[in-house]
Amino acid sequence: MTVTTAPAGPRTLPPLGPTRKLKVPKQAERTLRNGLTVIAVRRPAVPLVELRLWVPFGRVHLARGAMLSQTMLSGTESMTSVQIAAELQKVGGGLSAGVDPDRLMLSGAGLVTGLDRMLELLAEVLTGASYPSDEVATERDRLVDRIQVAQSQPAHLAREALLKRIYGRHPYATQTPEPDQIRAVRPAALRTLHSERVHPTGAQLVLVGDVQPEKALDAAERALGGWSGAGRTAELPATPPLEPGPLLLVDRPGSVQSSLRIALPAVSRTDPDHAPLQLANLIFGGYFSSRWVENIREDKGYTYGPHSVIEHSVAGSVLVAAADVATEVTGPALLETTYELGRLASLPPKPEELEQARQYALGTLQLGMSTQAGLAALTSAYAGNGLRLDFLAEYAARLAKASIEDVAQAAARYLAPARAAIVVLGDAERVTPGLAALTTVNTERQA
Amino acid sequence: MAARRSRIPATKYPVERFTLDNGLRVVLTPDRSAPVIGVAVVYDVGIRSEPEGRTGFAHLFEHLMFQGSESLEKLAHFRHVQGAGGTFNGSTHLDYTDYFETLPSNALERALFLEADRMRGPRLTEENLRNQVDVVKEEIRVNVLNRPYGGFPWLTLPPVMFDTFPNAHDGYGSFDDLESATVADAADFFRRYYASGNAVLAVSGDIDVAEATELVTRHFGDVPARPAPQRPDFTEPDLSAERRTSYTDALAPLPAVAGAWRVPDPVTDFAGYLPYVVLAEVLTDGDASRLVERLVQRDRTVTSLGGYLGFMGDPFDVRDPTALLLQAHLPPGGDVDKVLRTVDEELDRLATDGLTDGELARTQARMATHLLRDTDAVLGRALRMAVLEQQRGEPGLLNELPRLVGEVTEEQVRAAAATLRPERRAAIEVIAGGAR
Repeated sequence: MTVTTAPAGPRTLPPLGPTRKLKVPKQAERTLRNGLTVIAVRRPAVPLVELRLWVPFGRVHLARGAMLSQTMLSGTESMTSVQIAAELQKVGGGLSAGVDPDRLMLSGAGLVTGLDRMLELLAEVLTGASYPSDEVATERDRLVDRIQVAQSQPAHLAREALLKRIYGRHPYATQTPEPDQIRAVRPAALRTLHSERVHPTGAQLVLVGDVQPEKALDAAERALGGWSGAGRTAELPATPPLEPGPLLLVDRPGSVQSSLRIALPAVSRTDPDHAPLQLANLIFGGYFSSRWVENIREDKGYTYGPHSVIEHSVAGSVLVAAADVATEVTGPALLETTYELGRLASLPPKPEELEQARQYALGTLQLGMSTQAGLAALTSAYAGNGLRLDFLAEYAARLAKASIEDVAQAAARYLAPARAAIVVLGDAERVTPGLAALTTVNTERQA
Repeated sequence: MAARRSRIPATKYPVERFTLDNGLRVVLTPDRSAPVIGVAVVYDVGIRSEPEGRTGFAHLFEHLMFQGSESLEKLAHFRHVQGAGGTFNGSTHLDYTDYFETLPSNALERALFLEADRMRGPRLTEENLRNQVDVVKEEIRVNVLNRPYGGFPWLTLPPVMFDTFPNAHDGYGSFDDLESATVADAADFFRRYYASGNAVLAVSGDIDVAEATELVTRHFGDVPARPAPQRPDFTEPDLSAERRTSYTDALAPLPAVAGAWRVPDPVTDFAGYLPYVVLAEVLTDGDASRLVERLVQRDRTVTSLGGYLGFMGDPFDVRDPTALLLQAHLPPGGDVDKVLRTVDEELDRLATDGLTDGELARTQARMATHLLRDTDAVLGRALRMAVLEQQRGEPGLLNELPRLVGEVTEEQVRAAAATLRPERRAAIEVIAGGAR
């Protein structure tokens, strides 16, 4: 190889090449006669297909919903759980079910040659899940075990406390059932819930992969056209406005770190403020090169992975900033956090800060669309919120044109520390003095 | 076997390999299906190579590689990658340390510049060292000390299975050792291990091979040549008697257990090793797998279960010695002895009676999906190919893995199961100190 000798001393960063325009992949959509919407997107990179079925599941009884997702694949009239799993494996496939306060989600991936079979098995479960007593009993115990493990994890406990603090009496406030509630769930209740709520009206199936979109729609129609049932639907009320107030300190004696969680107001993806707020969030703490990370990690060494993110749910959006900090610097970490929020809410960002955040936001849109799994997740999240992939182009355009003034205004409106709801999970005895020096603290002992 | 089987598909990512005059090996694998690239630099040094008294040093040093370099101030690396629309990270493994970016493809030259700059030399200062020791301590607190099952079993099982420092010690490191680290240690570590001859660069995705070759040569060509150090011999004898320990995890609400058995050398005996990779899936992948069906569904002695190759779950990027691991969480009051006995019984049954009709084929089809799915991510290809180049000189093996996994026979899986005897096992039990 020939070697080009570069000059000694600091070298100049090479410029970026021309930006490639965002290209949304080929897709097709059909709403079946039973009310199911099917969206198919082509990305032929590897011979696989990704599947996501979103079934609206708002206002479902918490424990029954959790148990339904835990046991939906546990058997049908004609197949056992082992048979279902084995038949899926044969085509390189798999399915799993999960719930949140918005939806029931069935997701999986398999060899594209097995798409028809995966859809047949999905239909088998949707139309025939039988919730056999033995399996329900086993899964009940397993779910209780899993909840107990979750309840021993600081990240989970901090999340639970924060949700209660943000949502008050809204259904989003509690998202994990108590073990005793799980123990009370019987198979009959699951069959009833399934027939009432697992129906095609308003549901969206997303298929992404090495498929011809129209053919994938045909396959879905063949397999799922017979899925019927017109049970009820339930609208979620809009989330309540975020109420600022005293810092909530949840005691976890002996904790060697404090889990700091800060909620701030936010807006939905389609709101005109969303793109400027997204950029303001990036500048604050939404990526590594943000003020918050550079301050409390790279300068002070208080924490490993601070991050802030706008979370979108069907009934509302919220911005959450999270950092796990050493117990002895809990007060100082809150001080720096409040400082960085206040600074951005009070003073406009520098032009180069905004450009860097903008490039990051635009670039990561490209990255997110570059895998089948990423496309499937994005398409499904969009569809569940009434959007389609072409909204990406609109969103990119909004990011591209947001001005410093737009971002400063969004920061002033949404990132002001006076609007924050703050929760800290940590050793109250050790962290109270430091926190109380900065703000009013209400302490809650753990149950 | 009579069962119908899904045809196992393959990828055909092209592979270009070359070596610069300074010894840097380069792998290019173009794929223009999306306007993104993956860039990975892998150094042939990991947890096993860190000196005694310096546990956690390989990982701490990984952090120091992000703290500025020849032409770049602290924070510049992050800003230049993210300001180009990309993401970055690094990670420390038993046998290697990787540094990587995913970016829109118009940032190719920038990424090469950034990696070349720190290959020439990171800025090792006292201030940066102290700062990153603090950050790493918080990383250890969040991932190990402040949560239940922290480090189980990847940090807790190796000292049961192995006797020598390189294989047995805690790769995250003790706080004492981390705090004792010096700038001089870091400079030595860099000089010794971060040599051009000890590294592989891989670039995947939306690139033109000729253009990328020219850019790689331009930016890395004048990185000073330093040869790869001699890799020490890390081998240890297999166990001849069962080893078993336990410890109390004050935060853990449920008991847990992990067991491990040594497996053939993944590099020099790949054909002998692959059946174990398949065996782990036959045992634990999904509701139709042997151990899930038996322990979770039938006996209900286990509440969750996993099986995999390598302490860090890295079947194709680890060298000898390594292991097949099984780990399980038990219901409250669960009996670990009983679980281990049942595992032995099921392994015996598999070795003696063989697999059921179609059991192997469906497991292999599912494994193909997992392997293909990993390669769909542009960075996954760069990272995996870089390590395959480094450890085997064979980056194209990535394309072959689904087929090779599919060619493993029932006889081989049975033979592998027959070697997982209790007397070759190292096991560790977590006593639930947080049970309510």
